[in-house]
Amino acid sequence: MTASRIDIALTVNGVPCKGAAEPRTNLADFLRHDLALTGTHVGCEHGSCGACTIIVDGVVTRSCLMLAAQADGAAVETIEGLSQGDKLHPLQQAFWERHGLQCGFCTPGILMTLTAYLREDPSPDAETLRDVLSGNLCRCTGYQNIVTAALDAAARMREGVAA
Amino acid sequence: MKAPTFRYHRPSSRTEALKLLSAMPSARILAGGQSLLPMLNFRVAFPDDVIDINRIADLAGIEATSDAIVIGAMTRQRALEKSPLIATHLPLMAEAIAQIGHYATRGRGTIGGSLCHLDPAAELPVVALAHDATLRIENAAGAREVAMADFPAGLLTPSLAEGEMLTAIEFPVWRPGHGSAFVEFARRHGDFAIVACGVLVELSPNGTIARIAIAIGGLAPTPFRLTAAEKLLTGRQPDTTALVEAARTTQEIDPLDDPQAPASYRRRLAPAIVRRALATALERCSLGAA
Ligand code: FES
Ligand code: FES
Repeated sequence: MTASRIDIALTVNGVPCKGAAEPRTNLADFLRHDLALTGTHVGCEHGSCGACTIIVDGVVTRSCLMLAAQADGAAVETIEGLSQGDKLHPLQQAFWERHGLQCGFCTPGILMTLTAYLREDPSPDAETLRDVLSGNLCRCTGYQNIVTAALDAAARMREGVAA
Repeated sequence: MKAPTFRYHRPSSRTEALKLLSAMPSARILAGGQSLLPMLNFRVAFPDDVIDINRIADLAGIEATSDAIVIGAMTRQRALEKSPLIATHLPLMAEAIAQIGHYATRGRGTIGGSLCHLDPAAELPVVALAHDATLRIENAAGAREVAMADFPAGLLTPSLAEGEMLTAIEFPVWRPGHGSAFVEFARRHGDFAIVACGVLVELSPNGTIARIAIAIGGLAPTPFRLTAAEKLLTGRQPDTTALVEAARTTQEIDPLDDPQAPASYRRRLAPAIVRRALATALERCSLGAA
């Protein structure tokens, strides 16, 4: 069966982008292959690992569980949009300082999950963060430093360090 | 893996969606995508057509009527989790929602998607069964209502005819002061439950059980009500003996056997989960609510 390509216009990190994809192309692959934004990682392709997590129209989203065609007209936020030039986002700074990553494969998904969550709840405790991050698999760190870094970043963001 | 090829349709109204659905009876409906997309990516689903109902605004929403809460099929699980109406009137659902998947999947996952996918261990079908919810099902010709008890037709199979779509679910509300508990056991937080139990209970002024609903997920191919236990408990003092006897009725069920857990394990787990849910719901119940 043939399926024609669908035109997709969206903004990614505030920048208008255009492309076309087959209906079956998921948003993660579209970002990586068509828009060359390879910061969004792909692990399992069925929603279990969280590596592909991004934000779509303000909602935390598994980009492997959304079709690229569905993102037509959407405002997408990915890991590439977190830092401002050379200035790291408070989450990135805290993950660096607190050793919240080792290989870094899970990190984009974790930072985007936390970015979405901290907008809803700027003062989470460690237990809440562990629950929020239960959908993001990290095979390296054991999560201790991830939680420490997230708490640290949340505190900095509350103090109004540019977010 | 990557999804197989299909045609993609994106109706912007309910009428348009139902028209497409009647023209393409084998099409799959794409709601939140948290079940359909994994099935496409695993290539266990091969639809020719996918109808995306995410842009139909009037399919989502939470409303209170005099004695029920009506929820649009496209309402996101995260919206239910944050809704004060749900917290006040459907505490069983509020507790169950927090155990569905993860924060990052509840943002897109919908109530209608969960009910229609009908995973044997999914939380929302258990809640809908406990509440005796009514499902509004539409096709291009009109609408019909189905009791949740009649909705599961078999493993992963809802009673939906070709061309039909679930559009809203009505949850009759229990009296203020009723007790509820949603207890499940999963090997990892956010996994599908091996056994899940939702309980609603009202006590009489003399402390006996006036009304009770016990719904179970994960134990059988479809979620079901533990009617034997409900009968046994109604009108009785909820002492330990009564709870143990009620929990034991799970032993009549022929349990699911799958790679997640063998039948023997589910058989041992079920009474423990049911007893825990009963005890917690009773603890939360105020006396004489009924
Ligand atoms: S790649 Fe999307 S959740 Fe694993
Ligand atoms: S840092 Fe390696 S998977 Fe998390």
